[in-house]
Amino acid sequence: MSTVAPARPASPEVAERSPKKRKGQGTSPVLWIGVVFVVLFCLFPFYWLVQISLRTSQDIGVAALYPPNPTLSNYSDVFQNDDFVAGLRNSAIVATVTTLLSVLVGSFAAYALARLRFRGKFTILALILSVTTFPPIAIALPIFQLWTDLGLNNTLIGLIIPYLTFALPLTTYILTSFFREIPRDLEEAALVDGATRFQAFRKVVVPLAAPGMATAGILTFIFAWNEYLLAITLTTSKAARTVPAAIGNFNDTAGGGYAQPVGLIAAASVLISIPLIILVLAFQKRIVAGLTAGAVKG
Amino acid sequence: MARIELRGIHKRYADGFHAVKDLNLDIPDGEFMIFVGPSGCGKSTALRMIAGLEGISEGELLLDGEVVNELEPKDRDISMVFQSYALYPHMTVRQNLAFPLRIAGRPKDEIETRVNEAAAVLQLSDHLDRKPANLSGGQRQRVAMGRAIVRSPRAFLMDEPLSNLDAKLRVQTRTELARLQRRLGTTTVYVTHDQTEAMTLGDRVAVLNAGELQQVGTPRDLYAHPRNIFVAGFIGSPAMNFIAAELQGGEIRTARGDLPVNDWWRERLTGASPNQSVILGIRPEGFSDAALEEGTGPEFDVEIEVVESMGSDLFAYFSPESTGARSQSLDDLAQQSGLGDATASRPGEQLVARLDPMSRVAVGQHARLRIDTSHIALFDPETGLSLADHESTAPTLTSA
Repeated sequence: MSTVAPARPASPEVAERSPKKRKGQGTSPVLWIGVVFVVLFCLFPFYWLVQISLRTSQDIGVAALYPPNPTLSNYSDVFQNDDFVAGLRNSAIVATVTTLLSVLVGSFAAYALARLRFRGKFTILALILSVTTFPPIAIALPIFQLWTDLGLNNTLIGLIIPYLTFALPLTTYILTSFFREIPRDLEEAALVDGATRFQAFRKVVVPLAAPGMATAGILTFIFAWNEYLLAITLTTSKAARTVPAAIGNFNDTAGGGYAQPVGLIAAASVLISIPLIILVLAFQKRIVAGLTAGAVKG
Repeated sequence: MARIELRGIHKRYADGFHAVKDLNLDIPDGEFMIFVGPSGCGKSTALRMIAGLEGISEGELLLDGEVVNELEPKDRDISMVFQSYALYPHMTVRQNLAFPLRIAGRPKDEIETRVNEAAAVLQLSDHLDRKPANLSGGQRQRVAMGRAIVRSPRAFLMDEPLSNLDAKLRVQTRTELARLQRRLGTTTVYVTHDQTEAMTLGDRVAVLNAGELQQVGTPRDLYAHPRNIFVAGFIGSPAMNFIAAELQGGEIRTARGDLPVNDWWRERLTGASPNQSVILGIRPEGFSDAALEEGTGPEFDVEIEVVESMGSDLFAYFSPESTGARSQSLDDLAQQSGLGDATASRPGEQLVARLDPMSRVAVGQHARLRIDTSHIALFDPETGLSLADHESTAPTLTSA
C-alpha cells in the first residue's frame, strides 16, 4: 500500500467515507484509557529497570520514581566486567547458531510435514510438539550428567544442542502451518517451469514463507538469548557462560563478592534487551506482511 | 513441438479411486486438443499425468515416440497454465516470465529478449515491473500464458485457463488464445468443462466421463455424430432433446407421433430388431416453426411452456407428453454434466426447440413444429450407444 500513492480524495465527503477516517472517529476515550493503562502496566517494570540502572549505588534504596542523581557509570562499569563481555559474545554465538540451525532444519521438517504424504504424519507432529511440554528443569540434570560424560559441559555446542531440542518443535510447528498456506499450484508451476523440487522450495516456497521464517527465527533467538536455567546448569566459566547466566553471577563476581551490584545488574539487563527490541522492530514489517496476496485469483 | 501419445493410461489413487481408465489418444504435432467433460471425469488428472505432476499407474506416455513415464516434469520441456494461474506472488511480471529461463540457466541477454518478446505478444510490456497482486484478472491470465510461451516448450498444457475470467473477457481471450496457438503451432492440450470452449478452440475434442474416453473427434464430428448419449447430451447448448421411441416398420414411433426413417439411417438400422425401443435424439435446431416457413417433414402440435428470446435465436420449451426417455446413460448424464438448468430439469423431461427469432410462438399457446429428420440421432436405451455404426463416417463429413 505504501508504495502506491493513492489519489487525494477530491471532496471532504469522499474523505469522510474512507474506512480509515471512520475508524478514527469511532474510537471512544474509554478505549484510549484502556490502551494507556495496559501500555503503562506492561512497560512499568522495564521503566523501573532503566531508572535503577541510572542510579548510583548509594541511591539504590531511595524511594523515588526517578533516579535522584542520574549517572551512566553503571553502563561503563558493566563493560569493564569481563564476565559480561564474554557472556555477550557467547550469547550472540549460541543464539545465532541456534536460530540458523533451527530455521534451516525446521523448514525441511515442516515442508515434509506440510507437503509429503506419508504414514504417521500427525503422530510425528504430535510427538515433536510433545517435546515442548517437558519442563527444562526435568532435563537439565540428565543433560548435565550426559554432558559430563561426553565432555560437552561448559562448551557452546553443549548449550546449542539442548536449545535446539526446545526451539525446533516450535519452529517446525510454525513453519508447517505457513507452508500449508502456500498454494500447491505454485510449486507445481515451478516444477513444470523446469525447477527441481529443491529449487521450487528455495525459490518459491521459502520466499513466500519468509514471514513465517522470520517469526520462527525471532522466537528462537529470543528463547536462546534469554534462556537461564540450562545456561547456569551447563556452564561453569566465562568460556561458555551466556549473558543471563553471567548477570546472575554478578553477585559472586562483581565487587569481590561483597557488594550488591543492583545497578550493574540493571544496566546489563537493559543492554541485553536492546538487541531483541531492535530485532523485533526490524522484522516487524516482514512478520506482518501477507506475501501470498495475489498468488491465486483475487 | 511434440507429438503426445497416450497408450492405455490408467490412474488409480491409493484410496482405490480409479480416476482415468484406459485412455488411448494420439495427439499429433501442432494439434490443439481439448479434454472436455464434467467435473471429476479425470480430464485434469490426465493433463497432470502428461505434465508429470501425477504418476501414471499403468500404460505408457510418449513424447515424440519416447516413453516419458518416469521423467520428472522439468525434463519433459512442457509448460502448463494453471486454473489459478499460479503466478509467483513475490516476483514481478518480468521475474515471473523470466523464471523458466533463469532456471534453465540461459544467458542474461537472451532472457531479456525473450521476456520482452513474450510481453509484447501478450500486451504486458507496460506491466513488467508490477507484482501479480496489482494486476487485473485478465492481465494475470496473460502473465500465466506468457510464462508458458516464453521458453518455447514442446507442448502447452492448459487447465481451465479461462474459468476465472468474466464472461466477456473469456470470449475475447478465447479467440486470442486460438490465434496465439495457431501462430506458434505448438501442440496444446487444453482442459475445460465448458463445451463452448471445447467446440470453438479445438482441432479435436476428447470427451471424457467418469475416467473413460467417450469419443474423440473434430467438434463438427462430435456434434453431428455423437457415439453415445453422453456425448450427444454434453456437446451442444442447449442440449440435445431425448425422446423415448420405438422402431416399427421403418418408422420411429413416439408419443408425439411417427417419424419416417431416412435413407441414411435405414442403411444403418438393417440389423435392428423389429419393435426395438430406442431413444430418439433431436438437436434444438432440428425443430422449426411450421407456421413460419414451407417445408417437408413430420409436424407436431405442442404446447409451449417457456420462451427464451436470445435475439439471434428463440428457444421454445415444451414437454414430451410421454414420461420422457428413460435410460441409465441419461440418468448419468443428468447427474454428472449438471445439465439441470432452470428450465430443463433433466434431459428427456423437457424438450427445447431453437426457432427463428421471427417465430410468433408464445407461452401457453399451441405451436406447430416441424422436425428435420436428417438431424436426428438414435440410441440404444440399454447401452446408450448410437445405433449408427460410427466407424462409417457420415456422408457430410467425408471431407473433414
